[in-house]
Amino acid sequence: MNTAMTTGALRLRRVPGKYLPVVVTGCLLVAMFATGGIRYEGFATGQVILNVFIDNAFLLVVAVGMTFVILTGGIDLSVGSVVALSTMIAASLMEGPGWPPYLVVPLVLAVGSGLGLVMGYIVHAFDIQPFIVTLAGMFLARGLCYTIGTDSIPITDPTFTVFAQTRIDLFADLWISPSVLLAVAVVVVAAYVLHYTRFGRTVYATGGNEQSALLMGLPVGRTKIAVYTISGFCSALGGVLLSFYMLSGYGLHAVGMELDAIAAVVIGGTLLTGGSGFLLGTVLGVLVLGLIQTIISFEGTLSSWWTKIFIGMLLFVFIVLQRLFSARSRR
Amino acid sequence: MKRLVWPAGVLLLLLALNVVFTPSFLSIQVRDGHLYGSLIDILRFGAPLILVAIGMTLVIATGGIDLSVGSVVAIAGALACLQISLDAGLITAIALALGLCLLLGAWNGLLVAAVGIQPIIATLILMVAGRGLAQLITGGQIITVNDPAYKMIGGGYWLTVPSGIVIVAVVLVVTAFLTRRLALGMLIESVGGNAEASRLAGIRSRGILVMVYAFAALCAGVAGLMISSNVSSADGNNAGLWIELDAILAVVIGGTSLAGGRFSLAGTVLGALIIQTLTTTIYSIGVPPETTLLFKALVVTAVCLVQSRSFREKVFGGRKRAAAPAVPAATDRTERETAGLPGPQDGVRP
Repeated sequence: MNTAMTTGALRLRRVPGKYLPVVVTGCLLVAMFATGGIRYEGFATGQVILNVFIDNAFLLVVAVGMTFVILTGGIDLSVGSVVALSTMIAASLMEGPGWPPYLVVPLVLAVGSGLGLVMGYIVHAFDIQPFIVTLAGMFLARGLCYTIGTDSIPITDPTFTVFAQTRIDLFADLWISPSVLLAVAVVVVAAYVLHYTRFGRTVYATGGNEQSALLMGLPVGRTKIAVYTISGFCSALGGVLLSFYMLSGYGLHAVGMELDAIAAVVIGGTLLTGGSGFLLGTVLGVLVLGLIQTIISFEGTLSSWWTKIFIGMLLFVFIVLQRLFSARSRR
Repeated sequence: MKRLVWPAGVLLLLLALNVVFTPSFLSIQVRDGHLYGSLIDILRFGAPLILVAIGMTLVIATGGIDLSVGSVVAIAGALACLQISLDAGLITAIALALGLCLLLGAWNGLLVAAVGIQPIIATLILMVAGRGLAQLITGGQIITVNDPAYKMIGGGYWLTVPSGIVIVAVVLVVTAFLTRRLALGMLIESVGGNAEASRLAGIRSRGILVMVYAFAALCAGVAGLMISSNVSSADGNNAGLWIELDAILAVVIGGTSLAGGRFSLAGTVLGALIIQTLTTTIYSIGVPPETTLLFKALVVTAVCLVQSRSFREKVFGGRKRAAAPAVPAATDRTERETAGLPGPQDGVRP
């Protein structure tokens, strides 16, 4: 056919439609970095990029979990609270009864996954909207934080402090924290699961069209429960990373982090209706958010609220761009 | 009306619980020409939430959702207080604040109706940017004003009744009249049911969508004036924080489906009152305030579970209930709900 020939001829020059949002986000990231490099002295160094990773490792992990949920067409509002709850449980158990970290960390991860499992089960079994269920989960986790304690609890455990202060030296004076390694490992594992396993395909199929997935005999219910469990696990792991970063547990940690995670996923080109998007996009989205903060701190004169306004404007631009692309690809 | 049974039951249960712990709970007195009593307090402190929830109901009825109302609450309070502190006059201040809210609401509506963005993301933009905007207006400070006339909006009394209650009653009556006595409510529901079909049937669905989002923002703006007037100050960071979540909860508890196509104003008011009564109950029965959110999560989960048809069938084994007359509408609703959070965007696309 004629059209087939044209697309064949254009294939070399044109990026396939589904990668386009990720490519746009990547270009934006490069443009932002270049602008920063031109405007500010000492900006265009590798360490600035690595610092973005170091400061946002926990957000990266949380956003990975959020990507799974959003790919199925759901949403998880509880992540910020679960992060806070994790820091709180870890801090209180280690400081109060003096539990060792190798007991506390698995427990925290189990609590997070358990919360996710319960929310996923309610979403699937009782047909209640994910928005409402995870909202209740958000209240529950935040409430549990305040029940444990209303004050910030410092973490003095030697293992945690070592983890927080270790620098892993790379080449040429560049360094990262162990949290970054963990976050990158999570991203790699998650990308493998999403793109190379049967479960990953089911996640995309469920988000693309739940009815069709069901009629094809795919385990939709199990998948939905699993993605919320994964999101819970990632939030708990994010919480552990945050307690490395902050060295404290506090009920007011990570307030509004669910918005950052959702924004990162959306900027990364994942559709909130589900079924389309890549983990790489989410990574780029987190980097864009981190780079905005870096640029604003380099600028010096801009107040912190400009961060929010910039993120809002970026969200707007990206969503409109996505809208245009999806309209074109459907034609 | 059958749908109102569960929320009304929960509200009565909460009130009964209060009466058990404080026998004088239901008494209302007139002191210094003002109405006093726990019930009045619930209405008074719940007024902003009820207002926001009324606007949210109409948005949700069109199959949308508005996450930006909390930010709009902060913006309205910030702009009004800024203008008053600049001696701009009360009327100018209020007009400017509400005008800006209408504009922001119309922006949301245009993104949803004309650009065709999912409502949850379209309003997420303003939710994030709006907080920044509110802080920009206040300059990151808390603006304090001292204007007795402004104080009247949220903290005063009109004819012995707290002014917040009067404002809410007026808005509620006007909204109920517009949507239930005129055809507007039907049009909104039809847009929520199927935006494309209602467009083909000759309904200007885009206009309706823009109007509904503008109305929600206006309600949020009035609520913002009330909140800032009650404390005589504007806090861009914390005013109206999480009120959008409470409002959505109120709407859902009131029996309006997030899938759209149907709404119940009475249910929403009940839902908002449940949330406010819950807060009061926590203080009156002596639950430590730290566990407020915990308690709220449990009640919300319970209310939502009880309202879920599949939960009732599984737990109470209500086979007969499944064959009840509401079946065609109910199956239709479940189908759409299982598809996640739908927006009207598919239908509105040019």
